[in-house]
Amino acid sequence: MGEAIVVTSGKGGVGKTTTSANIGTALALMDKKVCLIDTDIGLRNLDVIMGLENRIIFDIVDVIEGRCKLNQALVKDKRFDDLTLLPASQTSDKSAITESGMVQIVNELKQTYDYIIIDCPAGIEQGFKNAVAGADKAIVVTTPEMSSVRDADRIIGLLEQEDIEPPHLVINRIRNHMMKNGDMLDIDEIVQILSIDLIGIVLDDDEVIKASNNGEPIALQSKPKSAIAYRNIARRILGESVPLQSLDEEKGLFQKMKHFFGMGS
Amino acid sequence: MKLEQKKQLITIKGTEEGLTIFMDDLCSFDELVVELEEKITTVKPKQGEPVISVKVQLGNRYLSHEHTEEIRNIIEKGDYFTVEMFDSAVIHKEEMEKWQENQDIKVYRRVVRSGQVLQVKGDVLLIGDVNPGGKVVSTGDVYVLGRLNGVAHAGVKGNKHAIIAASYMKPTQLRIANYISRAPDYESDGVYMECGFIDSEQDKIMIDRLQQLTRQRRDLKELERRMQNG
Repeated sequence: MGEAIVVTSGKGGVGKTTTSANIGTALALMDKKVCLIDTDIGLRNLDVIMGLENRIIFDIVDVIEGRCKLNQALVKDKRFDDLTLLPASQTSDKSAITESGMVQIVNELKQTYDYIIIDCPAGIEQGFKNAVAGADKAIVVTTPEMSSVRDADRIIGLLEQEDIEPPHLVINRIRNHMMKNGDMLDIDEIVQILSIDLIGIVLDDDEVIKASNNGEPIALQSKPKSAIAYRNIARRILGESVPLQSLDEEKGLFQKMKHFFGMGS
Repeated sequence: MKLEQKKQLITIKGTEEGLTIFMDDLCSFDELVVELEEKITTVKPKQGEPVISVKVQLGNRYLSHEHTEEIRNIIEKGDYFTVEMFDSAVIHKEEMEKWQENQDIKVYRRVVRSGQVLQVKGDVLLIGDVNPGGKVVSTGDVYVLGRLNGVAHAGVKGNKHAIIAASYMKPTQLRIANYISRAPDYESDGVYMECGFIDSEQDKIMIDRLQQLTRQRRDLKELERRMQNG
């Protein structure tokens, strides 16, 4: 019996879809059977980030309206056999699916998959309710901005009313130099305001955008810090205890020596 | 053989402030009315004397609103007396519950998040934060054992003596009764262990150190007592 995790944020553009794609990919990297569900009906993106847009035949609305079987709508990933995507419809709107329909789909998927990652649309309306309906756990994504934290707070309040485990927090798009200068909310501050458990921090990284545009989730790359961050989140989901990434840049040998002699900062 | 000396159901005593009428609390109401009508004429003041105020002591009797009015009408008939108050050792359960609800301190352990409203009758003690966009509303005082970053409204039914106290105070707005004060437009740090109350001289909400509170509100001793008694 698998586990359904909804990725949500309230505010748009904080990286829900990117986070969904990368957590899903990272879990698949660890040999888990993963299904990604895009519930952003009418504004689907997850297929683009996964690079699977050209393989879509049926979508989630087709499944709910009985035009196809669930298995027929699942798009198999090009890299992993055990990773699939249930795409959103681009032609309907959020009212095309219902909470009960969503629960049914998730329960059916739980039979075969270890993890079902549900990408939630922005907002707190029907789309959010649909996405949350079938979930067992929730991950709330926020960026270190006041408005995004405010919306995350609202979403956490709404999630608390659902029959769902206390949500976990991902802080995305961290700009280290701004946090250091105090121009951005720092991690402790955000965690203090939201008072939920932190499951990961991801640095703002140009590579993420590049990777998304290529349809290759960043989590597949070995070097970038953001890739490691997403893989760490996946490991934490699996129950491993992984320390938080340090935000500081790796120091060069010269700087290390300076530091050693007490000259550097 | 009946050893019955007819017991007086109504006793009238004169005091400095007026009359006190003691009513027996075991007889029936009708008996009481009969005897009251009888007795009240005997103590009627002379013509031209001022109206005498009367306290009615009901003992352990509960009177409904209609019965109270009936008795009041009997006593005040002819404008010789005016009923100042009814005093009874018992009150109705509903009344009691209502009273208690407004007296109680309700304790909540949670975070009031953006978009949430915690609405309470009586005083509220919140163990947790009020986040920006969240709101705590009470008919009595608001105490926040945590960070108050949102809106707090004390004495919402118009109690101007209500106060708002918080371990860390950086509210977007404080409201007491029909007074509102808001945070300054410039960025400011919050303050620790402070409270807001209405300053009657300046006619606005003031924020001061919690220690000042005992000087401002002596009746808070009452609260301490209630806390200690649970």
